[in-house]
Amino acid sequence: MGMTMTQKILAAHACLEEVKAGQLIEVNLDLVLGNDVTAPVAIKEMEKLNTSKVFDKDKIALVPDHFTPNKDIKSAENCKCMREFAMEHDITNYFEIGEMGIEHALLPEKGLVVAGDVVIGADSHTCTYGALGAFSTGVGSTDMAAGMATGQAWFKVPSALQFVLTGNPSNWVSGKDIILHIIGMIGVDGARYKSMEFVGEGVANLTMDDRFTIANMAIEAGAKNGIFPVDKLTIKYMNEHSIKPYTIYRADEDAEYDKTYKIDLAEIKPTVAFPHLPENTHTIDNIGDIKIDQVVIGSCTNGRLDDLRIAAKVLEGRKVAKGMRVIVFPATQKIYLQALEEGLLSTFIKAGAVVSTPTCGPCLGGHMGVLAAGERAVSTTNRNFVGRMGHVESEVYLASPAVAAASAVTGKISGPEELGL
Amino acid sequence: MKASGIVHRYGDNVDTDVIIPARYLNTSDPKELAEKCMIDIDKEFRSRVKPGDIMVAGKNFGCGSSREHAPIAIKASGISCVIAETFARIFYRNSINIGLPIIECEEASKDIEAGNEIEVDFDSGKIYNHTKKKHYQGQAFPEFMQRIIKAEGLINYIKQK
Repeated sequence: MGMTMTQKILAAHACLEEVKAGQLIEVNLDLVLGNDVTAPVAIKEMEKLNTSKVFDKDKIALVPDHFTPNKDIKSAENCKCMREFAMEHDITNYFEIGEMGIEHALLPEKGLVVAGDVVIGADSHTCTYGALGAFSTGVGSTDMAAGMATGQAWFKVPSALQFVLTGNPSNWVSGKDIILHIIGMIGVDGARYKSMEFVGEGVANLTMDDRFTIANMAIEAGAKNGIFPVDKLTIKYMNEHSIKPYTIYRADEDAEYDKTYKIDLAEIKPTVAFPHLPENTHTIDNIGDIKIDQVVIGSCTNGRLDDLRIAAKVLEGRKVAKGMRVIVFPATQKIYLQALEEGLLSTFIKAGAVVSTPTCGPCLGGHMGVLAAGERAVSTTNRNFVGRMGHVESEVYLASPAVAAASAVTGKISGPEELGL
Repeated sequence: MKASGIVHRYGDNVDTDVIIPARYLNTSDPKELAEKCMIDIDKEFRSRVKPGDIMVAGKNFGCGSSREHAPIAIKASGISCVIAETFARIFYRNSINIGLPIIECEEASKDIEAGNEIEVDFDSGKIYNHTKKKHYQGQAFPEFMQRIIKAEGLINYIKQK
């Protein structure tokens, strides 16, 4: 029996000819990631191992991005703990806030992940790097600690769902609409423990930023990982960003999938996930009149340059609705600078939005845009759970940058078409 | 290994954001985390929970963020076992890795009610409901995971290796 793309990468990293779904294996890791919330817990766990060394100082990435710039004293202490660990172990890929970004936008941009890699990260959205044809998955702090010390992790080999994409997305439809559509279709546990493998001629019609967004939210369907085949665009991206050698894996023709879904990208409409689960999706023509208080554009899901360009295209020459709070946060310092140089930040500020330094803050109700009771936000982030962005009686509607920007102008959930775009 | 206690009952898709909201993630101290455990969906949990009590939920328990603070908060609250129809995968491995016993059992998840007195035998996967005088067969752990659990977590397991 053939193997899926994910299974092939895992087999190679476990030094096995073949693996089967359900098999427990130990794999060698190419990169171990942590942030200011999860790494301090991992560091404490690693100390218990009485080991003074990390497995490879070049294969660990530490990114202070969640509650940074430090939001309070306790957060500052956590960042300090991670910083001191990085200095002590001479960690190559520690990124202080001036050179940082939201980890899942930063690592590909810095060329730290390439096709064929196995990456674990103590953050659930580590699955983002599947866009590059890598196996990457979120774990907890203890796994991170074990990974930093041994360079290995245990996995149960996942089975897979296959998504065959065809067609070209319509105007104003992007990766966010595609992944929300899929989560709406299969549910928040539809891919639990499984890989989501995206294939088909439609993949060529998706930008790298679309693919990052789609792979990023595989976890919102419960998946272990999401993964895309490597094509010309992936190779171009890797050549522009990385000097690491890469390996291209392809699924065997006789690989077995638990289920195959055929998706015509041309049929997908702008999609919004209502509170309090990402699976509560509605297409933009089926929303009704929902007034909002805040719009958030950014995050590891939608804070990349394409996302900001789309939002700026909608906001160009327009003003946000009276009383609307609009927060734009580019995902990395590099994206911030590019957006500045392209004039996008100027467009946002003239429209009445604020532009923040890169941080995970607003996405998880940490800082920089926390919601009060009864308030509603349209957000390009990835979760709309109870209390996710603030008060338990606040509401989060997940949407694409295009819908978020249009909603900022109208004051209610709207697609760009409502603005005549 | 066994656990027994009174049940605290929750529904489907209990996410790690409600188990321990992000606004409290500026600490990793188990006692501090336990103070805020479940606060967004069950304000009384903290005052009601007794050492040894059992948490029972529906599908996809622990979905969302990978924060290990979630199983740490549950364990530090005194919960001796979580029973659910299914668990989200990161929560599942985090629980094993930190030594919080969890067990998947659809029948138990559907039948057990808040306040029931439950006993769990991890070796056999059997769950006894003393209130309803019934028992259910849960899924016993694969041998590899049992070794991690017996070592009381991944770190000790690696040390022993």
